[in-house]
Amino acid sequence: MANISLIPCGDFKTTYGRDTTIFPTVTSRNFAILGILILLVCPAFMDRYWLNLCIQIGYLGIAALGLNILVGFTGQISIGHAAFFGFGAFSSAWLSNSFGIPVALAIPLAGVMTTAVGMIFGLPAARLKGLYLAIATLAAQYILQDFFGRADWFTGGVAGTIAEPFSLFGFAFDTDERFFYVVLVYMVVMYILATNLMRSRDGRALVAVRDHYLSAEIMGINLTKYRTMSFGISAFYAGIGGALYAHYLQFVSVEGFTILFSIQFLGMIIIGGLGSIMGSLMGTAFMVLLPEVMQALTNSLAGTAIDTALNLKEAIAFLREMAIGLVIILFLVFEPDGLAHRWKQIKAYWKLYPFSH
Amino acid sequence: MTLLFQLLVNGLIVGALYGVVAMSFVLIYKASRIVNFAQGEFLLIGAWACWWLLTSWQLPFWIGFPITLAFMMAFGVILQVVVLRPMIGEPIISVIMVTIGLSIFFQALMKWMFGVFAKPFPQIFATQTMNVFGLEVQTVYVVSLAISLLIMAGFGWFFKYSRLGLAMRATAFDQQVAQSLGISVRQMFAMSWAISAMVSAVAGVVVGVVNGVSSALSFFGIKVFPAVILGGLDSVIGAVLGGLIVGLLENFAHYVDSQWLNWGNMYEIAPFYVLIIILMFKPYGLFGTKDIERV
Repeated sequence: MANISLIPCGDFKTTYGRDTTIFPTVTSRNFAILGILILLVCPAFMDRYWLNLCIQIGYLGIAALGLNILVGFTGQISIGHAAFFGFGAFSSAWLSNSFGIPVALAIPLAGVMTTAVGMIFGLPAARLKGLYLAIATLAAQYILQDFFGRADWFTGGVAGTIAEPFSLFGFAFDTDERFFYVVLVYMVVMYILATNLMRSRDGRALVAVRDHYLSAEIMGINLTKYRTMSFGISAFYAGIGGALYAHYLQFVSVEGFTILFSIQFLGMIIIGGLGSIMGSLMGTAFMVLLPEVMQALTNSLAGTAIDTALNLKEAIAFLREMAIGLVIILFLVFEPDGLAHRWKQIKAYWKLYPFSH
Repeated sequence: MTLLFQLLVNGLIVGALYGVVAMSFVLIYKASRIVNFAQGEFLLIGAWACWWLLTSWQLPFWIGFPITLAFMMAFGVILQVVVLRPMIGEPIISVIMVTIGLSIFFQALMKWMFGVFAKPFPQIFATQTMNVFGLEVQTVYVVSLAISLLIMAGFGWFFKYSRLGLAMRATAFDQQVAQSLGISVRQMFAMSWAISAMVSAVAGVVVGVVNGVSSALSFFGIKVFPAVILGGLDSVIGAVLGGLIVGLLENFAHYVDSQWLNWGNMYEIAPFYVLIIILMFKPYGLFGTKDIERV
């Protein structure tokens, strides 16, 4: 059975190593490498519009992965992810503006700062579960949002703050084509880290906490430690994502990190699939492309009877919000396991093709 | 000193409204174990519906208001049957997310239908202000306090004496036992949503009459959380007390802030700080049932 290139019909794993491997077959690994190679040459062919969307998917995907580690893998609920994302953005800008720390270093440092804040708000999580925790993180969202508006030294207050462009050894990544590679590297690294975390002892402990926390505690898993840790990791990812966002736009305003944004993050991981690493990316892509598709639909309807009846042009902002809410509800009712599950089914279909039994 | 007193009276009145909304929130939670993040949208929809009937159809208040209530009742039932019934048995996060999805959906829908600006209600009471204990108080406030107290008393009576209320309490206590006693649990779920939507709509109309109707109303749904957590998620009395405390607290914080601190925005944010602190020390709120788990 060595070196199989396609997934065999049946489960023939004989060691734990094979069971926890990232790529089950050589083909799947080659495809992943091919995918990254394709992404590497992408900027040469894509126009600004698509590059912008890809970069958005990149940094939001990192933050969404963090939330998925917290919600999907550890089973804790957080409605304050956007606030941590924002905190990462501001702290990276603050570090590079106030202390002259190079941006390449400020981004991971911002991740660490956000981790610290995330752990502070994660402290109640050590004692709270489910609904109470959801509401505590809701409070975190409002408190941090209020802090952003208040702390002029940190965020620049209502005026917002300017962030330096990313540069490495004097080479500035200040255009979309160049920044694409920064985001791509960060994304690949963060996703590999998360995948490996889930294969480790700590990752399995997180899943155990989610599946049955009482049993987990009986088995010697320290609940407080892992719950707080999960908050820390999730905040770290949010911080990195936020920092990339700051240095991409080169300006951070205090208004962006609202509860609606937090809900969008939750929407991403629900659409992608709770507890699925690649699902986080799929969900992010879905959530980023959704408004664009809606915009395209509105444009194609322009001038028709529907357009004049509903006044689509002015309503597009509300329609977007409605679409976000509706998509979340529809996915939860009809496809609770998300896009990752659907993708698995497609793969399973082809694995057994043409005899699906 | 007059300012403080005025603010405290304000706090009491707003707090009573918070209490009413918190109560209808707890009602849903007790009956069906669903945390309703769309509670604020109930207020919003109720207020807009009433406003629409009163302005577009020129109905008098005493006709428009009951129609609003009937509409909200139907709305609550439909929402429960169509969206939330399929979610029974799903994990908590899914249920919470569904209500969050509903909340943003309806908020955007209302903005789309009625615009983003606050619109005033047509005048309902003949006199604008009343004199209560030497204080000039708006008539609406007095009426709103009266309505709040009336609703609370109504809830008390309903759960203590009426057949339906007792059935609901039984359902909240143990669904299986309730079902074996011949109570239709499905009906109780739908009923709890209907009542909750109706009562919230009353609060929505009252706030709408005072401040005008706008999407800011749905912030009530968020403010309810500190109130409910203060009282404990499954305690009706706690919800009322929590609402009053939050109402007084935010006005008091506002007073302290305006007199000495000048930080600004304390009115909105103070309840959340208190919420976090309380959860640190009493994870089940002040009056909530403690889940005792032994390993």
